[in-house]
Amino acid sequence: MSPFLDVKDLKIHFPTDDGLVRSVDGVTFGLERGKTLGIVGESGSGKSVTSLGILGLHKGRGANISGEIWLDGEELVGASQEHVRGLRGKKMAMIFQDPLSAMHPFYTVGDQIVEAYRIHNKVTKAVARKHAIDMLGRVGIPEPGRRVDSYPHEFSGGMRQRAMIAMALSCDPELLIADEPTTALDVTVQAQILDLMRDLQREFDSALIIITHDLGVVAELSDDILVMYGGKCIEYGSADDIFYRPEHPYTWGLLGSMPRLDREPTERLLPIKGSPPSLINVPPGCAFHPRCPYTERTGDKARTEAPALAETEGGHLVRCHMSPAERRDLWENEIKPVLETP
Amino acid sequence: MTEPQTQPATQTAPARQGEPLLSVRDLEKHFPVTKGLFQRQVGAVKAVDGISFDVYKGETLGLVGESGCGKSTTGRLVTRLLEPTGGQVMFEGQDITHMSQGRLRPLRRDMQMIFQDPYSSLNPRHTVGAIVGAPFRIQGVQTENGVKKAVQDLLELVGLNPEHYNRYPHEFSGGQRQRIGIARTLALKPKLIIADEPVSALDVSIQAQVVNLLEDLQNELDLTYVVIAHDLSVVRHISDRVAVMYLGKIVEIAERKSLYATPMHPYTNALLSAVPVPDPRGRAGRERIRLTGDVPSPLNPPPACRFHTRCWKAQEICKKVEPPLAELASGHRVACHFPENAPGAPEAPATGKDEPVNA
Repeated sequence: MSPFLDVKDLKIHFPTDDGLVRSVDGVTFGLERGKTLGIVGESGSGKSVTSLGILGLHKGRGANISGEIWLDGEELVGASQEHVRGLRGKKMAMIFQDPLSAMHPFYTVGDQIVEAYRIHNKVTKAVARKHAIDMLGRVGIPEPGRRVDSYPHEFSGGMRQRAMIAMALSCDPELLIADEPTTALDVTVQAQILDLMRDLQREFDSALIIITHDLGVVAELSDDILVMYGGKCIEYGSADDIFYRPEHPYTWGLLGSMPRLDREPTERLLPIKGSPPSLINVPPGCAFHPRCPYTERTGDKARTEAPALAETEGGHLVRCHMSPAERRDLWENEIKPVLETP
Repeated sequence: MTEPQTQPATQTAPARQGEPLLSVRDLEKHFPVTKGLFQRQVGAVKAVDGISFDVYKGETLGLVGESGCGKSTTGRLVTRLLEPTGGQVMFEGQDITHMSQGRLRPLRRDMQMIFQDPYSSLNPRHTVGAIVGAPFRIQGVQTENGVKKAVQDLLELVGLNPEHYNRYPHEFSGGQRQRIGIARTLALKPKLIIADEPVSALDVSIQAQVVNLLEDLQNELDLTYVVIAHDLSVVRHISDRVAVMYLGKIVEIAERKSLYATPMHPYTNALLSAVPVPDPRGRAGRERIRLTGDVPSPLNPPPACRFHTRCWKAQEICKKVEPPLAELASGHRVACHFPENAPGAPEAPATGKDEPVNA
């Protein structure tokens, strides 16, 4: 039985004047209803393009897409644009990072929710409006009966993000993708929105993909986590795997780069040297090798041969040339003691 | 949480003797809101509304708060990029609050700023050499072996290749651009650097590089920083003392250790507990303080204690009497009638003067 959302070897390449941009270059994952997948990566790692590919929103830019996306037993990569358009909103929906630019400034919030609802449901305007008010109330907007006639600019950042969640959920989608849903928000409002998303997911039993660069946000919500680097998935496993038994040097680097409030402050952060690669010119072999402190351990292999995504144990996948035993040894004896200094 | 800290925390802090480098008293900035043909003033945005703090030589003061709390405005007032509407800014004992730009110019050598966005703060038409060398030109500073050599030394200092002297900003990544901005800031060997969200536009791995660079430079060049940021974990990492702002006021200021271990103001507590923790196993058992609603508009801030509309401890007195910023533990000042973690009687109003009004 394949999972509710099953993505296999997804590749999305954009031909440009400067060369082929391999934004997504082989991403595989599965997601069940009621579960949350966190996709983590730095800017330009391909995490947002992955989500656009699933929703079929990449096409207008002349991209080459290959691989398979199965949503509830239906293949989406080969499907017609009209068909995917019919699924969008109803079966799958998206929450964007910046609600001010994702919402139309000219229409009231209510009108926009009503429009989305009426595309997929044959109901009168009055019924749709009632539904919009109901949805706004459910995402915690005070006085929804009055605020339904407000314009997006009349809402605060947190309220706009709530309104956007209401719009995304208005047709009861089974797959919800949130791309950096809280990055533009203040920390106290972020906490409110994360709570809201957790509660609503439980209520609607939808599959949720949350895309972010913030490991804290991922840890709050995710069951599974996918770490992306240079368009590829470099580590994939349960939240426990990624936070307590990470095996890829890049994941170690991310954990070491992050100052943490839940531990005593370390003297220095442990950053990853260099900067993320350009997707036109991804380094040959392992894309991470120019920044990896352990390149020498595998000799020339890192520069010449691309490592495969291999299972270490129990669904924990890692793309690295080092052997699982070697990686575990490094984590236990070198990385973990430094990260967890009291 | 550890128990309330009563002993002086100064032993861990850098030398605090003598005059402060920067001293701010009751600083105010009210932006007028005008209406109609004659630009009649109908109100004021009280972006910064009476804040006081000192910055001592060699230390790092962190200014944290949510958007709209006035932290960036404070940075711009202190460097006189904005004209204060009230209060006083003293730099090295000189009153610079309303000093003319002409007289201020020589002082600009000693006081520099690092900006948030490394894309808009560098002129795209100038080479790195011209950008980093500009301070020498503007201030008419003579360099020993020519400007080019000085610039190359600076580039090396911040970890860039000195041979990139003739390149343009677009040829660099975000982290490298931020380093260029830092090199320009350091050109005239300033004493005080105001860094406004220096790392928030950068990726996580790059953020750590720049944070480490700032710390190294501070040790090497004996710099004093005021770091303005919204990220509480970054601020804890680099600051010696931290001030928390809410709606144009400082609500709590303390040594880093004592602020994070025993936060006294309810707002500080709420802020700290709202930060997502990268520890999935702990998420089930974590108690969170959830603030409801948004930050009120600074155009019409709530009277008395500005936090009372969102505070779970608020009582009548909070709506009527503004709590003073009182020193409750050594070096730990809080503006709250009912502080948490306070040594002594925690449930009594901190002011001592006003009797609590039973709600």
